[in-house]
Amino acid sequence: MSKTVPYAEGIDANVVRDHGLSESEYETVLSIMGRAPNLLELGIFSVMWSEHCSYKSSKKWLKTLPTQAPWVVHGPGENAGVIDIGDDLVAVFKMESHNHPSYIEPYQGAATGVGGILRDVFTMGARPVANLNALRFGAPEDPNTRHLVSGVVSGIGGYGNCVGVPCVGGEVNFHPGYNGNILVNAMTVGVAKRDRIFLSAAAGVGNPVVYVGSRTGRDGIHGATMASTEFNEGSEEKRPTVQVGDPFTEKLLIEACLELMATDAIVSIQDMGAAGLTSSSFEMASKGGLGVVLDLERVPMREDGMNPYELMLSESQERMLMVLKPGREDLARSIFEKWELEFAIIGHLTDTGRMELRWHGETVGDLPIDPLAQASPEYDRPWQPTVPARPASMAGVDSITWQEALLKLLSSPDGASRRWIWEQYDYLVGGNTMQRPGGDAAVVRLEDAPSKALAMTADCTPRYVEADPVMGGRQAVAEVWRNLTAVGAVPLAITDNMNFGNPEKPRIMGQFVGACQGIRDACLALDFPVVSGNVSLYNETNNQAIPPTPAIGGVGIVSCDKVVDLAFKAEGQPVLLLGAPEGAEGHWLDCSLYLREIVGREAGPPPVVDLAHERRVGDLVRALISEGVVTACHDLSDGGLLMGLADMALAGNMGVRIHLEGTPSAFALFGEDQGRYVLTVANEAEATAVIERAVATGVSVRKLGITGGTELMVNGEEGPTVAALREAHEGWLPAYMGA
Amino acid sequence: MKTAILLFPGTNREQDIIKAVTVAGGKRPSVVWHRDTALPEGTDLVVVAGGYSYGDYLRPGAMAARSPVLNAVRTFAADGGCVLGVCNGFQILTEAGILPGALVRNRGLQFICRDVNLVVGTEKSPFTGGYRKGQKIRLPVAHQDGNYTADAETLKRLEDEDRIAFRYADANGVVSDETCLNGSLRSIAGVLSENRRVLGLMPHPENSIEAGFGGTDGLPLFKSLLETLS
Amino acid sequence: MKAKVTISFKPGVLDPQGRAISHALAGLGFEGVGDVRQGKVIELDLAETDAAKAREQVEAMCQALLANPVIETYAIELAK
Repeated sequence: MSKTVPYAEGIDANVVRDHGLSESEYETVLSIMGRAPNLLELGIFSVMWSEHCSYKSSKKWLKTLPTQAPWVVHGPGENAGVIDIGDDLVAVFKMESHNHPSYIEPYQGAATGVGGILRDVFTMGARPVANLNALRFGAPEDPNTRHLVSGVVSGIGGYGNCVGVPCVGGEVNFHPGYNGNILVNAMTVGVAKRDRIFLSAAAGVGNPVVYVGSRTGRDGIHGATMASTEFNEGSEEKRPTVQVGDPFTEKLLIEACLELMATDAIVSIQDMGAAGLTSSSFEMASKGGLGVVLDLERVPMREDGMNPYELMLSESQERMLMVLKPGREDLARSIFEKWELEFAIIGHLTDTGRMELRWHGETVGDLPIDPLAQASPEYDRPWQPTVPARPASMAGVDSITWQEALLKLLSSPDGASRRWIWEQYDYLVGGNTMQRPGGDAAVVRLEDAPSKALAMTADCTPRYVEADPVMGGRQAVAEVWRNLTAVGAVPLAITDNMNFGNPEKPRIMGQFVGACQGIRDACLALDFPVVSGNVSLYNETNNQAIPPTPAIGGVGIVSCDKVVDLAFKAEGQPVLLLGAPEGAEGHWLDCSLYLREIVGREAGPPPVVDLAHERRVGDLVRALISEGVVTACHDLSDGGLLMGLADMALAGNMGVRIHLEGTPSAFALFGEDQGRYVLTVANEAEATAVIERAVATGVSVRKLGITGGTELMVNGEEGPTVAALREAHEGWLPAYMGA
Repeated sequence: MKTAILLFPGTNREQDIIKAVTVAGGKRPSVVWHRDTALPEGTDLVVVAGGYSYGDYLRPGAMAARSPVLNAVRTFAADGGCVLGVCNGFQILTEAGILPGALVRNRGLQFICRDVNLVVGTEKSPFTGGYRKGQKIRLPVAHQDGNYTADAETLKRLEDEDRIAFRYADANGVVSDETCLNGSLRSIAGVLSENRRVLGLMPHPENSIEAGFGGTDGLPLFKSLLETLS
Repeated sequence: MKAKVTISFKPGVLDPQGRAISHALAGLGFEGVGDVRQGKVIELDLAETDAAKAREQVEAMCQALLANPVIETYAIELAK
């Protein structure tokens, strides 16, 4: 940097660096301000231009994702995505990460993650109707893992249970790649009336800017910049920056906001998430093309001696900022006082295009809004495509019997039941939960259109993405689409939560670019746009990046009387396999759970996702379900055909007898070929009709066998009983957590 | 039957109760705010719904039990009115001294949400008349502090006076300390007041009123109330 | 004047959290730990300056709200 670079009093190059701004970014700050910024202003630039708020590394690629469809009401750019679900209703949803805070303090980190995503949804006028989460932990053997699982799960439960939003689904993986860098991704789905959606763009010069919710303390100052830097050994000392959540206040805030939203008082509203008052006020003013004056001494404070810098950067939870129509202040105040929440008019809108910050009448900060927002950096970071994985050696496959392999997979960390986790979540509150956790997708009935329900799920297979980001990205979207299809729902849209390592490394950036490409391919082929999302980069500890994890959350719609689940329903029902490859039930063992858990080899390319095939099979399955011929349905994923059948047997507490075309090899039984579904129908006549339909549609179909008995039989060979399957499946996690 | 549901800051199952009462064929309940000092004219049934009143801070139910509306409920109950407390509502009624005993942290310390087997202890009450004594039913629970405790004398009275409405059981209907999910003494899941017109229970009958949404084993409780109070 | 109220379970009432702590301590190799009871401490800042009156006030608070006499006992400490 040139020697003439000016600094305000008390600031030097170190202070600038501590605020996460590069030299060239500071140059831009100077040119925007026309003078050296003071510490408060520097802090504001710092959080506004952090990776977390500015998406500076990812923006270029996120723009390539499809975001349009006739049913999309608001795509990315708002607090959450909004889609039309008929009956004058919309679904509002988003997934967001809270990775770094959850590693430092798992209970509070996870809890405030849930709180933040709930606010993103009810800010838009939607009542939250369901929560989901996607969690990734380190290897079970890592000494920290048990403590992290316990803290994260009780944090999610502690917060979500209290606010009274059912937690209906999610996914969990264990992998050494997440030692030191767990992922906590939380998703909320809400429902609103189509004509009652609230946005953040401010309007009306002179209108009051109002602060509601909890008081501001010194929580998480610089949390947004923390979420954008790599971890190192000293990170444990950052503990004080983690915020503490208060779900009770959140519950009151939901009720108070929704009550106020039923009136005509609100012009615009924005939650105070990462970067608190700074980003919320900037966002509102910038989107409205206006300026704002804030009198910071009016902000309700929790601690003595707080200064403007702390007030602007605090990440205290359960706070919202809103612009009210003139004359509606008393009405709004009475609602918030009824719910015993803070209410303070802290400023007003102006036509200056500037943010003026005052402290007891004195101007302490003055920044131009649009230049700051528009000049936020956007990088085209160098990237290297991921080298395709070579086919893995298949030596050692079939070294143990299929019976042993099945029990081993069912009790492996990634194959075991997650009951120990989801029983700590209230998945019933509201009385609309139709499909509970443990199935392909959760199904929650619509309170205001009770003949219909929303289906929802969250999925990603990080080992696929690591081996081939393009194919893995595709697979994540396809699996979400498939899980929604398997319950009978029409998939509508997704939210993406992109968790990656340090984007300044071309190899990592290449993973990001590849995953975006794969997601784009699948979204286009499946008419499944991205309507919201979140990016979490720098997930590295001591230079070691996490496996690339683009977690995808999806929402679909279904008639309540058409919903199916995966449980075998009655003895003697034909079992059909749809979408299998030519000449076999399955064959792709590269990159499979079997190869990793049974053979001990994590290698090979992921299974190919043929999107035309995916669409053809899925559309047929959905049609069959809606015609009422399907009695149970399950898509095949980790662990292939036999794991899928075991899931169905466990859910229905009933055995099954199947006959394969060839010998029961691991390739056929545990291969992870994509785009396959197993379904049952009531009788042979129905089976014949389905087979004819499939043949006519060009979908491969095979009658596998018949339900019944107490065990799983393959080609006449006796397999484990359902009781033995259950013991294997349900045993691992409680034993691990209890140890 | 005129039903009034109490609403405290943090109550979150009031909609579930409203649904259950209407599905059972009752009129839509009215909602009473915690600062109100009187119940609506002609109230037949007061429901204290589940949730986290006042965030469960201090002790679950402690602060709600000392709120203005609870004085009205106490008088209502003393005059023979019917009161149903579910989950946090049960905790509130014990904290208020309207029902005996107390509910402490589950034996395993964790929150538990699952369907549990229960055995009906008595059919002699406006709540349990739709069941048979000894009948096995299945209702969901969703709580972290459902571990019922009381002194020996109180437990003996509850038994002697046939006031244990529900007990936790295993799949075969056998009641034992080992299979009791949360550590409750005598596997108690729900108790009646001395005049049998106040019931507190941890399981959620209101989440078991429709096939496809948790079964229908909770429905007889609401139907029985409707028959008795209409 | 400041008051510190220590609330714990009555003897004889099972304390699940205390029991879990006891198990965990044993698991960590701490021997010779008998019964463990987990309680809570509530600190109050009082305007009252007279110790006897302050104690009386806090006693009333414990009876009315801070402790549940069905399961809990309490001890009050006063300090300037």
